[in-house]
Amino acid sequence: MNRFWTASYLTFIYLFFYIPIAVLVIYSFNGAQYSLVWHGFSWHWYQELFTDKDLWVAVAHSLVLGISAASIAMIIGTLAANCLYRYQFLGKNFLYALIFILILTPDIVTAISLLILFSLTNINLGFWSLLFAHITFCIPFVVVTVYSRLVSFDNYIFEAAKDLGANDWVIFQRVNMPLLWPAMLAGWVLSFTLSIDDVIISYFVTGPEFQILPLKIYSMIHTGIKPEINALCAMTFFITLLLVIYSQFLLRKKS
Amino acid sequence: MKHDNGFKYFSLSAIWLWLSIFALFPLCLVTLASFLSHDQDSLVRLPFTITNYLNLFNPLHLTLKIFERSFYMAGFCTLICLALGYPFAFLIARLKNSWKNFLILLIIIPFWTSSLIRTYSMMTLLKSKGVINTILLSLHIIDKPLSLLYTDTAVLIGLVYNLLPFMVLPLITNIERLDNQLIDAARDLGANRLTTLIRIILPLTMPGILAGCILVFLPAMTIFYIPDLLGGAKSILLGNVIQSQFLVSQNWPAGSAMSIVLTLLLGFLLIIYWRSKRDKEAGELL
Repeated sequence: MNRFWTASYLTFIYLFFYIPIAVLVIYSFNGAQYSLVWHGFSWHWYQELFTDKDLWVAVAHSLVLGISAASIAMIIGTLAANCLYRYQFLGKNFLYALIFILILTPDIVTAISLLILFSLTNINLGFWSLLFAHITFCIPFVVVTVYSRLVSFDNYIFEAAKDLGANDWVIFQRVNMPLLWPAMLAGWVLSFTLSIDDVIISYFVTGPEFQILPLKIYSMIHTGIKPEINALCAMTFFITLLLVIYSQFLLRKKS
Repeated sequence: MKHDNGFKYFSLSAIWLWLSIFALFPLCLVTLASFLSHDQDSLVRLPFTITNYLNLFNPLHLTLKIFERSFYMAGFCTLICLALGYPFAFLIARLKNSWKNFLILLIIIPFWTSSLIRTYSMMTLLKSKGVINTILLSLHIIDKPLSLLYTDTAVLIGLVYNLLPFMVLPLITNIERLDNQLIDAARDLGANRLTTLIRIILPLTMPGILAGCILVFLPAMTIFYIPDLLGGAKSILLGNVIQSQFLVSQNWPAGSAMSIVLTLLLGFLLIIYWRSKRDKEAGELL
């Protein structure tokens, strides 16, 4: 009896998590125009989606932004995690706390602080402001991912490399990188999905000439619900899903 | 031993430079802006004033109402997440490893996908011609569609749906580490199930509970697109006010003051959290 209740409670919560997503995916294949009545399986909305030029511009923008932000955040974040793990320096605890707090800070606070910064320094709102903002909110997540990997290392390998005459650059290239790349890649994927999905921060620091996907979806939902959005959301969901599974796989393989 | 510090200083300056310019300095700017005045022509101007903060606590001002409302909604959402999430996390944390990892992955998957998209899918469920109404109508449980969308209930459902994983994940980490022997000992000493729960399990998992509450409570007040999409005209939360103050009414000082209060609230909650687990590493929240 106990097992039964356990199983049903778990099922209930998982249904709560997955039913909305399932409904979205199912209705993206619905042939009907505006109703929820099932009109048979159809690729219509996907075809519609592929001919929408504006949308593909937004997708391209989001990809460029996500890839650049994730790559730069990965580099800076990995260097920072390495510092936190290997060196003693002034303000180490402060840096540690700062990274921790940045993860917890509500997005809207980050968003308006960056908006004020950009308007004060006359940085045009558009690609660059978005890039700086995205790198900033991704860095702490890379640091945490890479740092948790570093902690599991055997400290002696660094000592050994040093004894054998390697300087820190060489150690980073020859010891850290080969061992760390799965965590770095996982950090990259996490940053990429955060960047692709971000609404709140982008909403504040975006400009009219650089439309990105989440904001495009947001305005599409606002202006009118077309089944096309179902198709778009379903596709975005599956792409993120693949990325998540891949990064989990990377982390698992090494642990 | 030869000691070259080139790499160390290169990495350190990279991270410090970035975080100073894009995290610390902007936060100083917000603090500064929150003490400035505002008029039609300029976003911020002198003189310095504390009016923005006073307005937040002025009963005649609308912002106090919204602050209270946000607190109430976010608090309610946190309680629901805790009530749903605690038993859920407890059950998962006690499963065998292979099952547990799989089920945790199933929680993470929706949590890594766009929360905007998940909010939109909530809309398709709650609409007057949406899935829930269609099902209830066709089963003849109701005769006319319930108005679910554009209500506070819808906002609450949306918030819980989006934030539940943030409550569950830290709880699982915490409950996993709970020593079974302590529970057995309590039972041996004659404690019944309820006493064991209240005196042993809850206090030991308090850091997890607090971590989950922080991760749910603050976003619940500030994810502006959830009330915007699911709520009605009156379902305004703090995030919506800050958003409109920055992008619509252009009253930056007032918006800044609100986010400073939010940041202070985060600090306050973190102090409580750190106190609850003095001896352990703070980073475990993640």
